[in-house]
Amino acid sequence: MSESILGIILSALLTENFILVKFYGICPFMGVSKKIDTALGMGMAVTFVMALASAACYAVDLALMALDLAYMQTVVFILVIASIVQVVEMFLKKAVPALYQALGVFLPLITTNCAVLGVVLVNAQKGYDFLRSVVNGAAGGLGFTLAIVVFASVRERVDQADCPACFKGFPIALVTAGLLALAFMGFSGLRIF
Amino acid sequence: MDLKKQLKEGLLTKNPVLAQLLGMCSTLAITTNLFNGLGMGLAVTIILTCSNVLISALRKAIPDQIRIAAYVVIIAGFVTIVDLLIQAFLPDLSESLGVFIPLIVVNCIILGRAEAFASKNGVLASAADGLCQGLGYTMALVIVSAIRELLGSGTFGGGLLNGGEGIRILPEGAAATLVVMPVGGFLVLGCVIAGAQYVSRKLQLRQRDKEAAK
Repeated sequence: MSESILGIILSALLTENFILVKFYGICPFMGVSKKIDTALGMGMAVTFVMALASAACYAVDLALMALDLAYMQTVVFILVIASIVQVVEMFLKKAVPALYQALGVFLPLITTNCAVLGVVLVNAQKGYDFLRSVVNGAAGGLGFTLAIVVFASVRERVDQADCPACFKGFPIALVTAGLLALAFMGFSGLRIF
Repeated sequence: MDLKKQLKEGLLTKNPVLAQLLGMCSTLAITTNLFNGLGMGLAVTIILTCSNVLISALRKAIPDQIRIAAYVVIIAGFVTIVDLLIQAFLPDLSESLGVFIPLIVVNCIILGRAEAFASKNGVLASAADGLCQGLGYTMALVIVSAIRELLGSGTFGGGLLNGGEGIRILPEGAAATLVVMPVGGFLVLGCVIAGAQYVSRKLQLRQRDKEAAK
């Protein structure tokens, strides 16, 4: 509980980066990182949903605790996330068609993104209060965006490069991600007290 | 129903991790020793089989428009059951897998099989499919975790054999801790999938040669 807000932001962005250190959300990380534009779109959509889901699930978790139903967390959280994604999709379609055009395809994918369920479960586990939950969600999303955009820009070049036939495509992308994770390990000493 | 074909597909030609490239999060995150890999693999196998059976049994009752939501709820139910059982009977495993047990809900393999197989096939075939795909997933996890454990901590069967210590193969100082860290996960999985692609291409070529010879 005593973790500072700044500390949470720093660790979600860099030292405990959701993708490269914690391995949440590898599927979209690998799936939609072929172009920088789409990677950025996905990152923004995930950030938005993660912040929103953190806020909603904080409230839902309070209710579950009050009813003594803590063991239902997983089921209820995934339902909340799925409905948030649905509502966001419908809202964007009506209200901000331009943004919907940009994010549209990614939204349904977010329901099964473990980064979203992961951050909500971690918030509940660590007993973060409302502000910390939302900050953790948003910063985790930004960390996701950072990693996926950096990765996409590397990958655009790696795809052009010549490598052994059996490494073509997915394996070389994994190795690239490994090197990126190595770079992020450099942040691991970083701390704010 | 063709059990032999399903088994071959699950383990080799359509292995969920090595060929279909699904369920990467857990494959990378928890494969630090054999115990974790095996535990995770078996947990997913059980959940996948149960959810496949139930979804297949209900496939005519679930309306098409809300099927994804229904699948997710069914899967989440089984995940919660398994999560509670692991917490009760295998607290060590629960400790080391942590949040990745509830995260099985969003493991693409399970939803993928529900959508691609269980929603179209009978109960028995779906059960067999769940079992075979689950075993394929377990096999991939075991391979990756055995390699990572050997290179990273120099042991085999950590958490499982020799009172949890594992059998020491490499001498104490020779292991590269980097391999059990996140970096190693990406690198080892990349190499394992590259190896799988190499083998499958060789097999395909051989098959073609054989057919050409005929």
